[in-house]
Amino acid sequence: MLSKKVKSRIFILILSFVSLAIIIFFVLRSLEENVIYFFSPTEIYNKSDISFNKKIRVGGLVKEGSTSKSGTIINFIITDLKNEIIVSYSGPVPNLFSEGKGVVAEGKLKDKKYFVADKILAKHDENYMPSEVSKSLEKSN
Amino acid sequence: MLKSFFPNRILSLNNKLITGLVIVMIFTVFIGIIYALVISPPDYVQGDSVRIMYVHVPSSFIAVGCFGFIGIASIFNFIFKVKFVSLMSKSIAPIGCIFTLVSIVTGSLWGKPTWGVWWAWDARLTSMVILSCFYAAYILTWKFIDRFEKANKITSIIAILGLFNLPVIKYSVDWWSTLHQPSSITLTSSPTIHYTMLVPLIIMFFGMIIYSLIIFLMRYKTEVIKFKLDKKKYNK
Repeated sequence: MLSKKVKSRIFILILSFVSLAIIIFFVLRSLEENVIYFFSPTEIYNKSDISFNKKIRVGGLVKEGSTSKSGTIINFIITDLKNEIIVSYSGPVPNLFSEGKGVVAEGKLKDKKYFVADKILAKHDENYMPSEVSKSLEKSN
Repeated sequence: MLKSFFPNRILSLNNKLITGLVIVMIFTVFIGIIYALVISPPDYVQGDSVRIMYVHVPSSFIAVGCFGFIGIASIFNFIFKVKFVSLMSKSIAPIGCIFTLVSIVTGSLWGKPTWGVWWAWDARLTSMVILSCFYAAYILTWKFIDRFEKANKITSIIAILGLFNLPVIKYSVDWWSTLHQPSSITLTSSPTIHYTMLVPLIIMFFGMIIYSLIIFLMRYKTEVIKFKLDKKKYNK
């Protein structure tokens, strides 16, 4: 059936596959801090080695009813439904920025509950529908 | 039997089939574009910018799919040493490469109106850039190494290494927090795209698949002819 050469090639391939997969797994695990794009408020809350001078990103949902504008400064709360961070930002926000929707803020932490952002990104979810459908969904809820 | 069967079969591929496929493709893409740009409704959050999805998502699928084919074909080729498989991979690579670039460019155009930035180095976008690097390395190796046997070996290794990147692309949005949203179409659950938007997406997907098939058939035929001519030249 399979010749000896073919068998040895399959063996080499499987061996290198497994070892490479393990290597890549550990590399990605150790780089996780750099691979993730933003921290959730809970991750920040639990993090012990947090730096207040380095730029980081915080992401989550904009808490309903938390945005307030005073002049050019916008304050709002990022929540992951467990923990919250107050964000202060001055500048233009993306079109999709709104309460109850996803957001990523880039900037520096002042303390574990207060974040000063210099850039706001809107994050949208994987749901796509026409607005009539979303309205009727809201009604039925 | 398999060894000699397929390359000779492709040589008898006549232009009628290609013309037929081109007609089907133009028809499908035309319907798809009309559906995507006119008939389908704007999204409830994103408005009209959601229409970029109808090009972005199929391109990404084809980009990843082509590399998946090349990678698996390379494993097959590495074990059984079947030449026509590498000729197939060689002719499919530029298609995948172009669709990777289309995916990145349309994604960037989509990112500005929705996220607020053209680009973000999150896991999904970065792994897609890595995919384009693998494509570039794969294609350039075929270009710059003259001897078939050697080029075949090196490109196979590149493709097999690149195969590890594919699950990272696919699952990056689930494994890590990314700016890119999670998949809307999965095997395990029903799609989270409303059917009025899913239909044009599927039509566009088929149109672009047929386009890829046409380019593949034409390129594959050319590669087989080139390979046979080279063989004659070296044997003299």
